[in-house]
Amino acid sequence: MRANKIEPFLFIAPALAVLLLVFGYPIYRLVVLSLQTTTQGKQAFVGLSNYQIIFQDDVFTLAVRHNATLLICVPIMVIAALFLAVLLFERIRGWQFYRTTLFLPYLLPITVVGLVFSYIFQLSGVLNDILNGLGLKFLALDWLGSTKLALPTLMFVIIWKEMGFGVVLFLARLMSVEEELYDAAKIDGANWWQLQWNITIPQLSTVIEFFTVISIVTMLSWVFNYVYVMTGGGPGHATMVTELYIYLMAFQYNHMSLAAAVSVLLLLVTGIFIFLELYLRDRSSVMEALG
Amino acid sequence: MKHRLTLRDLWNGFSRQIWAVGATLLVLFPIYFMVVSSFKTQAEYIANKWGLPHTLLLENYTTALAGGKFYQRFANSSILTVGSVTISLIIACLAAFAFARMKFPGKRILFNLILSLMVIPPVVMVVPLFVSMVRWQLVNTYQGTILIYTGLLLPFSIYLMTNFFQTIPHEIIEAARMDGCSTLDVFWKIMLPLAAPAVITLIVVNALWVWNELLIALVFLQNDDLKTLMVGISSLRSRNYVNIPATMAGLTIATIPIVIVYMLGQRYFIRGMTSGAVK
Repeated sequence: MRANKIEPFLFIAPALAVLLLVFGYPIYRLVVLSLQTTTQGKQAFVGLSNYQIIFQDDVFTLAVRHNATLLICVPIMVIAALFLAVLLFERIRGWQFYRTTLFLPYLLPITVVGLVFSYIFQLSGVLNDILNGLGLKFLALDWLGSTKLALPTLMFVIIWKEMGFGVVLFLARLMSVEEELYDAAKIDGANWWQLQWNITIPQLSTVIEFFTVISIVTMLSWVFNYVYVMTGGGPGHATMVTELYIYLMAFQYNHMSLAAAVSVLLLLVTGIFIFLELYLRDRSSVMEALG
Repeated sequence: MKHRLTLRDLWNGFSRQIWAVGATLLVLFPIYFMVVSSFKTQAEYIANKWGLPHTLLLENYTTALAGGKFYQRFANSSILTVGSVTISLIIACLAAFAFARMKFPGKRILFNLILSLMVIPPVVMVVPLFVSMVRWQLVNTYQGTILIYTGLLLPFSIYLMTNFFQTIPHEIIEAARMDGCSTLDVFWKIMLPLAAPAVITLIVVNALWVWNELLIALVFLQNDDLKTLMVGISSLRSRNYVNIPATMAGLTIATIPIVIVYMLGQRYFIRGMTSGAVK
């Protein structure tokens, strides 16, 4: 194309302007803020002492540990989604209906989902009603109200909502796997497990990686809504997570600098996954085409 | 190979259905529970938590619509959604056109950089954005929040549109050039109309994201008249006295637009959501 030299930049200028306002400048401010403290209305440079303070805060370390616990959801989601995708791929009767329904939770607002589930899991909620009705009184527990159960209950809801994405993703990729691969293996006498192990998983490896990375990032930094709506971090600090910690520090206790320090750390951790993500994407065809 | 239906095949088909039906029931139960409860009186809800309601009571819906500034919140969510989706779409298409069809230095690095922004969680940006927005006096304004949403939507939008523009053959553009079209003409008259399916996908996916977003709305629109639907809903939990059936009615109303959009644009949805990974 005979485009002149300035023209491309005119096209990307609006995007760059917005991105600089929403990402560029704030990230710079974030780092500066995390190295400062406010005393008598004035900003003073304090080096890394904000970071020292948060690492001495038990609530913060607890929050980090909870995020780490949430990672248990990732293998569960990957395996269950893979299983369901294979099931639908085998064209069981009504597979399109199943696909539509299984994807639905992914689209619903977490706020709505969280609220509905908090009524389901109430001590006097539906779940316990049903359990009592089945004569399983000993299982009718305070799902969100006990310190031991609140986090696992939250994990169930997260899996419930996020898994459908995996199913649809895997199914979409499976559809483009050549049918002959399966036929050939069947003729060789491979059983169902062998088919999945030798064909499905290798063929799907890139989407499995992608979904795993996305899910890890979700567990570390996209669970605010669930916690905020369902437990508010409680009971006690039983469901405190890093995001809620940042939110409370900044907007409830007004410690902007401490919140900034935690944000920087979270940004660094997600940064690792950004690189992973870029590496994965680099192998996809877009980048090749861009040259 | 001729295939004969054996007892084993029947059993396989049956056990597969059981898994699929089980998963579907698990997915649908909360939605069923929400809708069913919204038609019950409070007394009926306590007595019969998961059965069908005796009558189709509409009172909860009038309660939900009357209280808590429902229409105001609905309007706020709509303004933010329409505003940020439209603006980000236009800006993203312009940038994507440059990335897909123009040559300029630093293109690849810039594109990679923008892609990497996709993974940054909004919570990381909330603190510095709040500090900046206070300074720019944009807290508690539609404009400020729309600006933030636009920024957060851009990386994925640019990625999706670039991806799509690449599939449009060079020959079409060359032909238009021969006819004397300017670059902007090529963009408006050729690229955009051809990209209609991708644009619809993007609108659907982005609109859903903004409609469902909570954190940014919570922090940047604290003024009661500006609160969004999701913020209004999230505050229901913390109340001591809760009318559960009326709450469920409110939740159902908030969910209906999403389900309608999903049913209408299902294939766009699935394409958009999976476009990041499936080629």
